Amino acid sequence: MTNIEKIDVVQDIYEENDRIALETKESLEKVGVFVINVMGSPGAGKTSSIINIIRSMPEESFYVIEGDIESDIDTIKLKELGINAVQINTNGACHLDAPIVQKYAKKIDMDKPGILFIENIGNLVCPAEFRIGEHIKMLICSTAEGSDKPYKYPLAFEKANIILLTKCDLKEFVDFDDDFFRKGIKGLNKTAPIFEVNAKTGEGFKEVVEWIRKNR
Amino acid sequence: MHEYPVTEQIIKIASEKAKENNAIKVCHIALVVGEHSGFIGESIQMYFDIISRGTICEGAILEIENIKAKWKCPLCDITYMRQPYSFACPKCGQDGLPTNIGKEFYIKSIEVEVP
Repeated sequence: MTNIEKIDVVQDIYEENDRIALETKESLEKVGVFVINVMGSPGAGKTSSIINIIRSMPEESFYVIEGDIESDIDTIKLKELGINAVQINTNGACHLDAPIVQKYAKKIDMDKPGILFIENIGNLVCPAEFRIGEHIKMLICSTAEGSDKPYKYPLAFEKANIILLTKCDLKEFVDFDDDFFRKGIKGLNKTAPIFEVNAKTGEGFKEVVEWIRKNR
Repeated sequence: MHEYPVTEQIIKIASEKAKENNAIKVCHIALVVGEHSGFIGESIQMYFDIISRGTICEGAILEIENIKAKWKCPLCDITYMRQPYSFACPKCGQDGLPTNIGKEFYIKSIEVEVP
């Protein structure tokens, strides 16, 4: 004879992920490393923005964890520029989570205080849902993607601490509606600043770097 | 792919709770899934049926309670569901702010068989 019993659980399914993310964040904090989770669609300009920021802060030590479904194209590009980078290939998974980041963070020798960029998988959906050990989330969105993105992918815009609008030189060619874009973000996030940049010329990155210096 | 690791986590939590209570089988799992949690109930169910095989959770019924996302108007102090392409409060027309209503993703309770 068996009995059926009801057990109240009320346990967050992210709990284990969030615990590991906090562990990573705290262990990096101890060695003076500030962690930036870089999110955005494929081709938004995540790697190009990272490179521009690194070039604009020559006094700083930088580390990069590159997340991609496949390939090490971006890691090779960063290493050729002398940037300390490691590659994660998720082989299909659409976002990085805390356990995988913790494993790869141990593979970089972060011998000096500095900034660690974790470039998430190119995807405007799932990366926003998982903490990976970051201090801040940086959202990269390009004008070519269209000004309706905050309405279509609200969580990424809501969770961002800083937003970079890239490829601003293309605005006139893609009919980018500035007001519509900014209105969408305002309804989701009243605190994240929006910086307009052009990674080809480096325009706008001075302001981004000033913001990072102030907020790290 | 997206729901696979979280489904593993659901089975892990339910199995641990069941064992703590000396249960031999999990019959029912009540999940709360917010509209903006990013997870789809049907997809979790599909992975659950596969991953739970051979575990204490095999054959359990997943009951998914969906929660609609709500915005809050700081001026009118009301919560509301937003209209497409708008975040405006239905009362005053000002843009409100997102809330945590609709971001839930947790196991509310389980039902287990105990000898």
